[in-house]
Amino acid sequence: MGRRNSRGSRTPIPSVCEVFVKNPEINIRGLTRRFAQATAVDHIDLTVCEGDIFGLLGANGAGKTTVIKMLTTLLGPSAGSATVAGFDIVSQAHEVRRRIGYVPQMLSADGALTGYENLLLSARLYGVAEQRTRIEEALAFMGLSEYAGRLVKTYSGGMVRRLEIAQSMLHRPAVLFLDEPTIGLDPVARRAVWVHLKELNKDYHITILLTTHDMEEADNLCNDVAVMHTGQIAAHGSPEALKARVGKQATLEDVFTRFSGELEETGRLRDTAETRSSARHRG
Amino acid sequence: MQRILRETLAIADVELRKLVRDPTELVSRAIQPMLWLVIFGQVLSRVRGIDTGKAGYLGFMTPGILAQSVLFSAIFYGIAVIWERDLGIVHKLLVTPASRVSLVLGKAISANFRGIVQTAVIYGIASALHVPIRWELAAVLGVLLIVALGSAIFAMFSLSIACIVKTRERFMGIGQVLTMPLFFASNAIYPLDIMPRWLRIVATLNPLTYVVDGLRGLMVHGEQSLYGFGTDCTVLCFTFAVFLAIAVKLYPQLVR
Repeated sequence: MGRRNSRGSRTPIPSVCEVFVKNPEINIRGLTRRFAQATAVDHIDLTVCEGDIFGLLGANGAGKTTVIKMLTTLLGPSAGSATVAGFDIVSQAHEVRRRIGYVPQMLSADGALTGYENLLLSARLYGVAEQRTRIEEALAFMGLSEYAGRLVKTYSGGMVRRLEIAQSMLHRPAVLFLDEPTIGLDPVARRAVWVHLKELNKDYHITILLTTHDMEEADNLCNDVAVMHTGQIAAHGSPEALKARVGKQATLEDVFTRFSGELEETGRLRDTAETRSSARHRG
Repeated sequence: MQRILRETLAIADVELRKLVRDPTELVSRAIQPMLWLVIFGQVLSRVRGIDTGKAGYLGFMTPGILAQSVLFSAIFYGIAVIWERDLGIVHKLLVTPASRVSLVLGKAISANFRGIVQTAVIYGIASALHVPIRWELAAVLGVLLIVALGSAIFAMFSLSIACIVKTRERFMGIGQVLTMPLFFASNAIYPLDIMPRWLRIVATLNPLTYVVDGLRGLMVHGEQSLYGFGTDCTVLCFTFAVFLAIAVKLYPQLVR
């Protein structure tokens, strides 16, 4: 890729990270994932810069979760490549895992353990030094110190989500992946999660990649977004730039509708069921 | 190696905490062996149709019932793993840098906690029924080793099936289909010599037979192991290594 300058030689087009003098934290090239006959992710190219909060938007079944699964090394790509924090997701999967945090769509903290015990398990699996200090710091950061000794099954949905974010930040990851982090949460809990994610990004310099259907969330949190549709990137840019592309006074909702297929019924039954189940779990 | 040990113990510790906090499963699992020993065992011991050694039929079947308890508690372990997958817990574990061997081995160790409790329950019931239990320390430690290997084998087997079938409904069906044939095609409640030839061949390929045989040589006075403790342990260690390797390979597929 490149454009010709006045002398006729090829000049590479600078990446978005180069323009803003940032390092690329996630670099995706031609990433593809096929399941039998279906192509869930179809040759996508994306760059997420260090320190960004990046939103991957799209309807159910657009391929967002499959992208996250590949970037977090849970699923191997069928074609293409990607690096996370400078390491290849296939050949250097272990190095990638050491540098990322992950919050899945479902409320995955163990309800039969206390908040502290959930964090202790993560600290042990990540080999965190000074576990007690780190755990207490993470609990305080997420406003959960006074609930640390309570069983997680007694927590509200918002508290569980905050606990999971605390779990994912214990080892100071370079990149944090969140799959639909606020789905099913009430507005107060949702805003509390937003505040904590912003603080995490700012105070700990953690690059965040999240998937969402919620345009208010994307508008509020993300400085860069991409809209996925049927496994491809339909649009990519800052929320302001995408709104400007759609029209004057356009909202991110309009952007989403324009690029993700307004009148199509999208989403596999399994994706919809998982989303509803997540919402139910959070009360 | 130290890292694998630390991670394995972290997983096992979590399971132990949960079991101590809610021992309902342990209590309910104690009922079945009680019925087998108190009702089935006592009635069949009056028949005297099967030559089962000096300890009588009750003494003969006590190690078999312990092996059965180990099998039944471990074989449904896969359900818990599918449940963890549905909650996203497996996803979160697999995203950590922890070794896959540790994640799976931790589960195998935690299956042992249930096995150890079952052992204590069956020792208690058998003593109350005047079964001549061997209380020597070496014998009890040998029993615990066999129980640990048996629990770990069937937990790994169960986990592997869970990774293939992936849903609780399918797993329940397969679990039911597997447990009874494994139990009846073993030497748990009748000796190998009275089996028809084809069943004896199946029984010699069944790991439960070696669990029962190992226990039989160590648990009750007057009963003997057919293959010997060394052979039983070797077969069980080899079987465990095979099932562990399969489970480690299949575990990441649970989230795909």
